[in-house]
Amino acid sequence: MSYRLKPFVLFIFIGILFISFPWSNTQRTVKAFSDQVIQQGAEGDDVIELQARLQYLGFYNGKIDGVFGWGTYWALRNFQYEFGLDVDGLAGAGTKQKLVKASQYDKQFVKEQIRKGNDFNYYGGMDNNQQTSENEDDQDTASSSTTASVNVPQGYSQNDITLMANAVHGEARGEPYVGKVAVAAVILNRVESSTFPNTISGVIFEPRAFTAVSDGQIWLTPDESARKAALDAINGWDPTGNALYYFNPETATSSWIWSRPQIKKIGKHIFCK
Amino acid sequence: MVRWILIAALTLGFIGTAFWGYKEHQDKNAVLIQAENTYQRSFHNLTYHIDLLHDKIGTALAMNSKDKLSPQMVEIWRLTSEALSDVGQLPLSLLPFNKTEEFLANIGEFTYRTAVRDLDKEPLSDKEIETLENLYDQSEEIKDELRQVQHTVLDDNLRWMDVQLALATQDEPADNTIIDGFKTVENTVDEFTESDVQSFSTTVDTKEHAYQHLSGDKIDKQQALADSQDIFQVDHSEQIDIAQSGKGADVPIYSMSYQGDDKNAHMDMTVQGGHPITLLVDRPINEQKISLHKGAEKAKAYLEKFGFNDMSLFASSQYDNVGVYSFLYQQGDTRVHSDAVEVKVALDNGDILGFTARNYFMNHKERDIPKADLSSEEAKEEVNDSVDIQEEYQAVIDNDFGEEVLVYEFIGTMGGDTYRIFINAMDGSEEKVEKLNDSETDYASMT
Repeated sequence: MSYRLKPFVLFIFIGILFISFPWSNTQRTVKAFSDQVIQQGAEGDDVIELQARLQYLGFYNGKIDGVFGWGTYWALRNFQYEFGLDVDGLAGAGTKQKLVKASQYDKQFVKEQIRKGNDFNYYGGMDNNQQTSENEDDQDTASSSTTASVNVPQGYSQNDITLMANAVHGEARGEPYVGKVAVAAVILNRVESSTFPNTISGVIFEPRAFTAVSDGQIWLTPDESARKAALDAINGWDPTGNALYYFNPETATSSWIWSRPQIKKIGKHIFCK
Repeated sequence: MVRWILIAALTLGFIGTAFWGYKEHQDKNAVLIQAENTYQRSFHNLTYHIDLLHDKIGTALAMNSKDKLSPQMVEIWRLTSEALSDVGQLPLSLLPFNKTEEFLANIGEFTYRTAVRDLDKEPLSDKEIETLENLYDQSEEIKDELRQVQHTVLDDNLRWMDVQLALATQDEPADNTIIDGFKTVENTVDEFTESDVQSFSTTVDTKEHAYQHLSGDKIDKQQALADSQDIFQVDHSEQIDIAQSGKGADVPIYSMSYQGDDKNAHMDMTVQGGHPITLLVDRPINEQKISLHKGAEKAKAYLEKFGFNDMSLFASSQYDNVGVYSFLYQQGDTRVHSDAVEVKVALDNGDILGFTARNYFMNHKERDIPKADLSSEEAKEEVNDSVDIQEEYQAVIDNDFGEEVLVYEFIGTMGGDTYRIFINAMDGSEEKVEKLNDSETDYASMT
């Protein structure tokens, strides 16, 4: 009895495999976009699809990088205008439906190109393989990120953020998160101030300005929270209330620093004007 | 006896020598770090200056009025000289870096010549604009290369002192990324030498008007504590520390902080009126569940809960699974750039992670907004012809002198770039031109 059942069960099992596999595949290619309304500043797979489809139709000439920037914004608005939709720069349900109808999206090709870091285009009516040039130094193709660009605050580069994260980590590791944002905010307040250098690197490397720089601790690898703190400060958060100096009352050696008007204490540091 | 004295003396001598050696070693290290820091500063300054230079040249291209263009040229000229001095401080004397220096000198010369001449009588010729466009493209390539080198330097913790040593000893530097990187930059510039060589990335500056219009009565600590408990969404107010600001603060505030197992939070509240000025919540954020757009709606609702009505979304950006939004106060049809509020939303469950209304409370008041003398059509006439205007708003901004002025805000494109241009709605002068950029190649994903 049990012997006879086994092949039967196996048969059903294989059958399910055969049925479910192609089905889930077609599902993936037919169902485009997720439900979200895509707006400027977004990043991720939906943005990649949006850019690819807009490029397929010839509206978008920029890089397909998965970050919804100004270029994508204008392309989307032009598309909405040409197709008689509300011109609002938002990819909502109606817009996405029109896009899917009008264009094709070879997800595998596009994702592959991004993963390899290739320079490529995705215009409709052209052979895909003619629109890509292989990245020469692609020994290391296992990049973890799915987008080829990242959002950065206006006027800053990722490197500026890294440099700040280094300084924040060296100066304020072990402090609560807000204490890290505070140190980053002081660096930026100094850049703004007319009595300090005008660049982030100028402020950080000003001789004897930060102990972590003088003793080399700035070159410790910053953790994720230092990086987030730097980004928060750049985006406008200043928990110090516009401070230009801070010191640790337990280790401060200069009596001058005590004469500065104090604003508040965060963690171990006292922040002052 | 003698033997013991000898042993003692020798031991002392040995300890002394060891101590001296250690001291010497420490001194040497301190000096090395100092020197290294100087190099690092020059290098990071150089990349920043080139980046800024590129933006300013782009902005100059989008400018129209002569009285804006001249200062912009001066600004570019100043930046080139800064960049040149940065290059001069790097240990590159043995590297062929003269092409880049030459390139910088060329920009400097061009901008100096145009800055000192009366652009009203003799505006930029087509040829000169073409030159400027060329310079713009070149600076972009150099900027990208330098940023790439900078990324490698930061990522791999490279030391300039090693470059110095490698260059000094003339050993075959097997794999020195800095040297290789700079050679690439140099080659990039080299490609441009054939071209015929004949100036604000700052966000809208708000001069601070120092909290002159805070409304409401003074609140006491109990009240502040109760409010913050609500905002932190915690059950017991005993876990919240509260302190009042010292005499260095711009305006008296209460600072509240909460340390919990699941999250930390910190906020400031004005004593006058109990207005929340800044809030930061730190907690681990899970996978993204809601869209940036949904997050914007959450942020808006949050603002309304605190009585910030009439706020319009100005900008939004996603950083991993956090959405950061900037809102501007809108009075009638006019948006006021100095009354800005930023909100941070976790895109896993839509919680508010942060909030800052410092600019808003410093500047906000009900303004008497006059009627514009110019129509928007007339204002458009003042914009550079090559800029394709896509969107327009009426706005109040702070001009270069820190006064609030009524302007038309135009967002337009030129080439592949987007610009924000402010034209004074009264006299049509060009108040400000900004080049907008919002994303950057992910250098980490390129290697």
